[in-house]
Amino acid sequence: MAPHTQQLTTAPAVRIRGLTRSFDGRTVLDDIDLDLPAGQFTALLGHSGSGKSTLLRAIAGLDHEVVGSGRLSAPERVSVVFQDSRLLPWRRVLDNVLLGTDGKEAAAKGREALAEVGLAGRERAWPNELSGGEAQRAALARSLVREPELLLADEPFGALDALTRIRMHVLLRELWERHRPSVLLVTHDVDEAIVLADRVLVLEEGRIGLDLAIDPEVPRAEYRERLLAALGVTSDSR
Amino acid sequence: MTTTTTTVPVTAVEEKTAVRRRGRRRGLAPGKRLPASRIIGPALFFALWAAASAAGQLDPAAIPAPWTVLRTAGRLWTSGTLPTDVLTSLERAAYGFALGLAAGVVLALVAGLSRIGEALVDGTVQLNRAIPTLGLIPLFILWLGIGETFKIAIIAIVVYIPIYLNLHAALSGIDHRYVELAEVQGLSRLQFIRQIVIPGALPGFFVGLRLGVTGSWLSLVVLEQINATSGLGYMMFQAQNYGQSDVILVGLLIYGVFGLVSDSAVRLVERRVLSWRRTLSS
Repeated sequence: MAPHTQQLTTAPAVRIRGLTRSFDGRTVLDDIDLDLPAGQFTALLGHSGSGKSTLLRAIAGLDHEVVGSGRLSAPERVSVVFQDSRLLPWRRVLDNVLLGTDGKEAAAKGREALAEVGLAGRERAWPNELSGGEAQRAALARSLVREPELLLADEPFGALDALTRIRMHVLLRELWERHRPSVLLVTHDVDEAIVLADRVLVLEEGRIGLDLAIDPEVPRAEYRERLLAALGVTSDSR
Repeated sequence: MTTTTTTVPVTAVEEKTAVRRRGRRRGLAPGKRLPASRIIGPALFFALWAAASAAGQLDPAAIPAPWTVLRTAGRLWTSGTLPTDVLTSLERAAYGFALGLAAGVVLALVAGLSRIGEALVDGTVQLNRAIPTLGLIPLFILWLGIGETFKIAIIAIVVYIPIYLNLHAALSGIDHRYVELAEVQGLSRLQFIRQIVIPGALPGFFVGLRLGVTGSWLSLVVLEQINATSGLGYMMFQAQNYGQSDVILVGLLIYGVFGLVSDSAVRLVERRVLSWRRTLSS
């Protein structure tokens, strides 16, 4: 495992020490140590079953019924974007965005967030009137409205078509640059990881097999090769 | 090389679908609703009935003509006991239904929202469901006397069971993904119940409500033929003794109208409350 050597000036947003999780005796996360610096955009790659969703769910605190040990500290305000938009079909878009918020300014903030994701004017729409991309935008707005210090995204674009996905990449990157939360994006798409993230982690058999800082000056193909190799995809098998 | 080989079949496929469009395939959804579609069937039935009566094909003693039935209804309404009978029946159904609705909703909430409640309530209701409610009539007469109370109690039991079953199933079948969402969004338990569990269970509740409304009329018909001294069922029972088939048909007609109107009312409320749903019926 490559130790992460970056010098930190501030406390990391997420600090994980010795995190272990197992299902039915099978170890899914094996003694993971990881720091996510505040404001960093990190992508987490791995095969299906490599434990990437388990790690994200552990950080989100969504794994009450899972056996495990280790120390984990995460910020107070955490938002999660799921693969499905998970909008409540019985609430209009704006009310979905406002789920779990209250106060007078909430509605104004919700409208602002919807405008930011390009859904101004759709506040009164029902979720089943939205396209897949629009629904995922609304889900992004719902996560933004809480002004998260940490944004966890579990394959948020996995169910979208290729063109919509590219537009969502641009949008997510813009939103991140404007609000600067720490982001952990779980994906199985190597290109998505390189395009979006400053740092790419590869999870392999419950451990972090590769920890790669992405320099936008370096050609993407170089990273692509290394990441695919780390994922066990060689040129022969492609 | 791969790009050139793929472009050709793509255009071929496009042409094929364009050709097929011309002989357009019918969709699998039933399509647009016919105007006043719920009245067409009954109207046809009444037209046939009237035609057969006018042609003298029906024995007036067994099946009187529609106009005879209407005339009898008018006569009973102005000079007979029909208004009292209708009112009595309505009152019984309304009381029984209200009680059953309240009991069904309260029990389902208790069983659906807490594990202890479920342990106490669910098994008991399932046991109650296994016993045919109309079979409880003799026992209820012994307990509550032969007056109004036992009738209302039986109607309430018939009503509460479908409402409980459907609402409980809907409450406990809440999508696990929404539970996660509520946790992520930091909802309190009360907010979770009010904003996610209850609205999510409403479709199931309406299924139970419609069954309950129908059930209340169904049990009323049976109950009013047992030791009643007024009500539509009593009127029909008396008519049977005197061979007045037109009076019996008047009773059936009114029961039918009651059933139809109450079911339509529930549907109307359902459509407004569940306006977010887009299904085949909308």
